[in-house]
Amino acid sequence: MAADQGVTQGVSRRIRLAFLLVPPLAWLVVAYLGSLGVLLLSAFWSTDEFTGAVVRTYTSDNIVRVLTDAVFRTATLRTIGIALSVTVICIVLAVPLALYMAKVASPRVRLALVVAVTTPLWASYLVKAYAWRMLLSPEGPLHWAAGYTPGYGLIATVLTLAYLWLPYMVIPVFAAFERVPNALIDASSDLGAADTTTLRTIVAPLVFPGIAAGSIFTFSLSMGDYIAVTIVGGKTQMLGNIIYGQLVTANNQPLAAALSLIPLTAIVLYLLAMRRTGALENV
Amino acid sequence: MRNTTRRVGAALAACAALVAACSSSTTSGGGSSTAPPKMEPLSALGNGEGQLNLVAWPGYAEDGSNDPKVDWVHPFEQKTGCKVNIKVGNTSDEMVQLMRSGQYDGVSASGDATLRLIYAGDVAPVNTKLVGNYDTISAFLKDKPWNSVDGQMYGIPHGWGANLLMYNTDVVKDAPDSWGAVFPGAANKGKVTAYDSPIYIADAALYLSKTKPELGIKDPYSLTEDQLNAAVDLLKEQHANIGEYWSDYTKAVQAFESGTSVIGTSWQVIANMLTSDNKVKIAAVLPKEGSTGWSDTWMVSSKAKNPNCMYKWMDWITSPEVNAQVAEYFGEAPAQTKACEFTSDKNFCATYHATDAAYAEKISYWTTPQKQCVDGSGNNCTAYSEWVDKWQQIKG
Repeated sequence: MAADQGVTQGVSRRIRLAFLLVPPLAWLVVAYLGSLGVLLLSAFWSTDEFTGAVVRTYTSDNIVRVLTDAVFRTATLRTIGIALSVTVICIVLAVPLALYMAKVASPRVRLALVVAVTTPLWASYLVKAYAWRMLLSPEGPLHWAAGYTPGYGLIATVLTLAYLWLPYMVIPVFAAFERVPNALIDASSDLGAADTTTLRTIVAPLVFPGIAAGSIFTFSLSMGDYIAVTIVGGKTQMLGNIIYGQLVTANNQPLAAALSLIPLTAIVLYLLAMRRTGALENV
Repeated sequence: MRNTTRRVGAALAACAALVAACSSSTTSGGGSSTAPPKMEPLSALGNGEGQLNLVAWPGYAEDGSNDPKVDWVHPFEQKTGCKVNIKVGNTSDEMVQLMRSGQYDGVSASGDATLRLIYAGDVAPVNTKLVGNYDTISAFLKDKPWNSVDGQMYGIPHGWGANLLMYNTDVVKDAPDSWGAVFPGAANKGKVTAYDSPIYIADAALYLSKTKPELGIKDPYSLTEDQLNAAVDLLKEQHANIGEYWSDYTKAVQAFESGTSVIGTSWQVIANMLTSDNKVKIAAVLPKEGSTGWSDTWMVSSKAKNPNCMYKWMDWITSPEVNAQVAEYFGEAPAQTKACEFTSDKNFCATYHATDAAYAEKISYWTTPQKQCVDGSGNNCTAYSEWVDKWQQIKG
């Protein structure tokens, strides 16, 4: 009797657990892994030259082309360069700001800064990108105020993306700084360490996972972006524009699929590199 | 360990099932052929079905939601009882994709989409006898390579326009009358603009057909490998002088007003907007080499559920009053010759050269380049997919 009850309880608990876990797992497997699977598979198909319909016979032509074509290589290097620059700029801006917010500012100023950092997230991406287009135009506000504007191009793209993704860096770094106990900092200075030494040997290792988490956002968001560059990039094109062109303009889904394996690989490699540094172990 | 293997196996099986399920739904069109699939046009007009689903360029099917005064959809609904659902297409390529879904009755297709639709069997031939207003449509728009095959019309012409050479008259003082001003455009380095689409390669080819006759280019959409490469080389040279490319026409307006661009390819509607804003002084000309341009055609889907309503729509949109309204709102020449009597600006048709066959003759209308040359000169031409690759190489 008692054993029976235990079994029914166990079963009903399992059912409840299944009820909780099935929707997210189904989403992950079907929508996420499933679509990645289709993507991977369709990279090995080709299209009918005339009607553009997908032909389902195996060919490795697309992969070979992606690996050998000079245009794709230049665009890939340019895109990775942009993503890394954006990440570096975001780190340089976010670390002092987050340090100030978490450890120096009064509660009231801290709240104001958190609001200031997150408010831009409420505005539409396009509005912000077009605002930068205005700002950087040849006779625009920046030129009027500073007498100089970089104009539309690579620099404008990096600046705009760095602006767009900055909150995604500030928030995790701020959270990481907040989690550093004040007692550790006090102990360090009580033992005679200079502020810079405390920052370097006590705070930096504790904050690094936060920076790493933020950099994953800024890097992967920049890798996949193709809209900001059409607004402020002048004649620059990124990998995303090429994928879009092959998918929508040329209607060549298999080649687009093969091309999108590039950012996918880049992001996976970046994640692995971050894991090696140990940054992902206690995020 | 065994447990993990089994789990991975199950996940893979799920993926495979998904792939199999998805792959059966993407086929469309059928195999390649040199003739479009055989289909019979509608033989007689019946009663409206009460519904109509359209794919249209922005500004072609206005129901007053953008501007309450601009509405020719509701009067149509009242007259015919066909309730209109509009899906706006932003590019020719998007329109082709939408029509492939088979969920729409008709589309306002530009010449760089029409042949793809015809040969894939996505649109049906049109019985022009069932469209009363077809008779008075400009003769130079009928039976053209981009809207007919072997004398069979596949749609009803809507309107057309030319890509113009536009420049800021304060900066460019020598009043250019040749595309040589933008090919390669070194005089205005960094301030040249161009249309951001593979179809722009035809502009370079058109220029080369006049300036380098030894290349033997007869039609800018029928290019052999060597001719395409020559056009691409010219565009790569131009790329060094480009400030930015445009595809959204409001971006082109803004680029000229801010001084980002001072010379480049443009549309009449852009020139009109700049003139009415009056922030910069511009001029727009049809250069002596002629120009590329667009000519749009309303086409009926081969899978149309409401063909009668679609025929009623084609007759409505090409009726003199409505065609005049659309053309004025969008800024292009109306296809309907009688529309010129109904424009609110009496000079409208003159400004757009609407009935000027000689002007229209100077325009090489957008057509989808194909392996089988669109001008019928052979089958050694370059296909549109190759143009896309080249365009990406030009942009580098």
